[in-house]
Amino acid sequence: MKHLLRSASLAGVAAVALTLSACGGGDDAADDGAAVAPTDAQAEITYAIWDENQKPAIDQNIKDFNEKYPGIKVTVDLTPYQQYFTKLQTQGESRTLPDVFWMNGPNVQLYAANDLLEPITGLVESGDVDPSKYPEALNELYSFDGAQYGVPKDFDTVALWYNTALFEQAGVDLPTDDWTWDDFTAAASTISDELADQGVYGVVTELNGGGQSSYYDTILQAGGHVISDDGKSSGYDDPASIEGLRLWADLVADGASPTVQQLSDTKPNVWFNSGKAAMFWSGNWSVAEMKDSPNKDDFGTVRLPEGPERRATVIHGLANVVAADSANKEAANAFLAYLGSEEAQRTQAEMGVANPAYTGTQQAFVDSVPSFGIDVFLESADEMSFPYPISQHTAAWNALENELLPQAFSGERPVEDVAQELADAMDAELAKE
Amino acid sequence: MTSVDRSPRAGDGVASPARGSTPSPPVAQAGGPRRSRRRHDGWWPVLFVLPTMVGVVVFYLWPIVQTGYFSFTEWGAFGGQTWVGTENYVRLANDPDLGTAVVNTLVYTAIVLLGIPIAMVVASLLSRPGMRFTAFYRVLFFMPYVAMPTAVAMVWRLIFNGDFGILNWLLGLVGIDGPAWTSTPGFALVAVSVVGLWTSLGFAVIILSAGLRNIPPELYEAASLDGATAWRQFRSVTVPLLTPSVFFVTVITVINGFQLFDLLYALMGQANPAIQQTQSLVYLFYNEAFLRNDKGFAAAIAMVILLIVGAVTLLQFRMQRRWVTYA
Repeated sequence: MKHLLRSASLAGVAAVALTLSACGGGDDAADDGAAVAPTDAQAEITYAIWDENQKPAIDQNIKDFNEKYPGIKVTVDLTPYQQYFTKLQTQGESRTLPDVFWMNGPNVQLYAANDLLEPITGLVESGDVDPSKYPEALNELYSFDGAQYGVPKDFDTVALWYNTALFEQAGVDLPTDDWTWDDFTAAASTISDELADQGVYGVVTELNGGGQSSYYDTILQAGGHVISDDGKSSGYDDPASIEGLRLWADLVADGASPTVQQLSDTKPNVWFNSGKAAMFWSGNWSVAEMKDSPNKDDFGTVRLPEGPERRATVIHGLANVVAADSANKEAANAFLAYLGSEEAQRTQAEMGVANPAYTGTQQAFVDSVPSFGIDVFLESADEMSFPYPISQHTAAWNALENELLPQAFSGERPVEDVAQELADAMDAELAKE
Repeated sequence: MTSVDRSPRAGDGVASPARGSTPSPPVAQAGGPRRSRRRHDGWWPVLFVLPTMVGVVVFYLWPIVQTGYFSFTEWGAFGGQTWVGTENYVRLANDPDLGTAVVNTLVYTAIVLLGIPIAMVVASLLSRPGMRFTAFYRVLFFMPYVAMPTAVAMVWRLIFNGDFGILNWLLGLVGIDGPAWTSTPGFALVAVSVVGLWTSLGFAVIILSAGLRNIPPELYEAASLDGATAWRQFRSVTVPLLTPSVFFVTVITVINGFQLFDLLYALMGQANPAIQQTQSLVYLFYNEAFLRNDKGFAAAIAMVILLIVGAVTLLQFRMQRRWVTYA
């Protein structure tokens, strides 16, 4: 049955492609974006991604794609996240962007505003991409000046990962969905005291490479904000935001979390993966890594603890985009449309690498590793999620966060001073946009 | 030494590294001699050096000129420049990071230069008559120099890791609680420098070994006939005749030291909490050019690096007459 469906839609795609090339001559107006290549197209395209853990599922996607489009050769270009956007910006400058690539919220406006991305308007009109199949928030995130530039790929929220074996050893009750900040900090503190001789810490998270899984969430939980709703001013000088930052500074000072130095030498995911940390604040992107951990049977997830003001997690999603300067735009569009399809996103879900954006495929992700209880990520998305903070040139003030906040988390300077300096510097950057 | 000599010889000194330790050829003066030589040789000599000159001009000189121009501009997110005059230089002069970067680069270079005396000892040991497996040792010392800096850094990161590193485990055996070497300000610069020294040691050993072999054995014979002790032979024959090699290694090491980037970047990473206090000049350039995408400002940093390296190299060449002996 599935096979029949597949060939039916295949015929549909081919028919659409033929019609388009017949009437448009294959040379559509630039604002609509190019059409989809015919299935017998011959082309070579590059697909740039940053997550090594997703590579196996991507390879499977390409294999399935090639059943329909045997002539389109897709080469995956994997660059670690830390260097991904540095490289992409240089490629954008020389107009040599990969044909298809991953895009995230902080960067999309910059690339769209500089005409480096191909709008998907044409694909939507031809029916190759149906935006109504993806969460509205994600479509909005990837729209700029009335046009949509990306096809949502997946979305992620943050939850509390824990290691049951370490909790039992320390004699602490397992975390629940009803935890508050106090329950959380008390548990983290007790575990690091009890298991100090094994070098085990209560909690780890990313403290010097972005705040998505740490201070962005706690700032929201405390009732603060990172950036104002209009994207014009910084929220770091808000007393509630400072409280959200202080939670982490206190955990480090208490010894419940490794120091910023220790987290730089050994990344938080490695601490948790190897059983040296009892709790880990991280998103559903960690499922791909943790399902192969030697300690995977001890891992579980619950909602993030409730802060003084509310429950909260940031929500963010990736999209696939096509470069406006791609030499093989039609082949790239064909691949883009496939990556956005139910089949491709279900494959990613089943292989447990990403929480897909296509409505109805998320259950496959939840079922991919039943023992982790990862439906918590979906519940969090529905019940307590807030948009990821961005502006037109997000990277500029992200660099300031990475430069200044470690000084607060390490206890080197008072949290208020660092937050005030960051707010002033961030306002200066925002004023330039 | 502080006043810059504008005579043609000064410029000649800068150009000499490529020629190694050969004595400087006479500088062509404007006027008669050049014209008469041209009449002799025609355009042939020019044709022969043309391919190299084209390469040098297109890939070295032209980019330097362009960078010089860009240092007076501000860049958009994806290219496009606007002229801003000396604004970048004014900003740079007031940037506290510049001072930090200069000091760090000097400290790194100084520590790596300590490798030269060490290399001298190693080279002398390797050229001792009767020493076995010298080829093997030479390869062993040279290997870090040809290994990719990134690969070298990956291995040293494991050694330096604060919680699980081999170094701190060894220190722990004697009761010392070692720091997180690559992410604590101060320690990080020393850690990077030690690895820099280790990787460049092999190069110095090879050059100095070759220098030692070039010393004619008759000199030692004559010295011993005159009753010179081994120490006296080392001081009066080996050291003076090795100075050209030492000079060459020093110039190269200093230039490499000023270009410190890949080792620092791979060993520490850009999200390192100690990176700001440990950054080198080239890291500062990279940070502004590619992370903050402020390419005009970065071009100004590049020009400052060019000036500093040029000045230091010039100084070295002018000093060489005082201590380098050419046989």
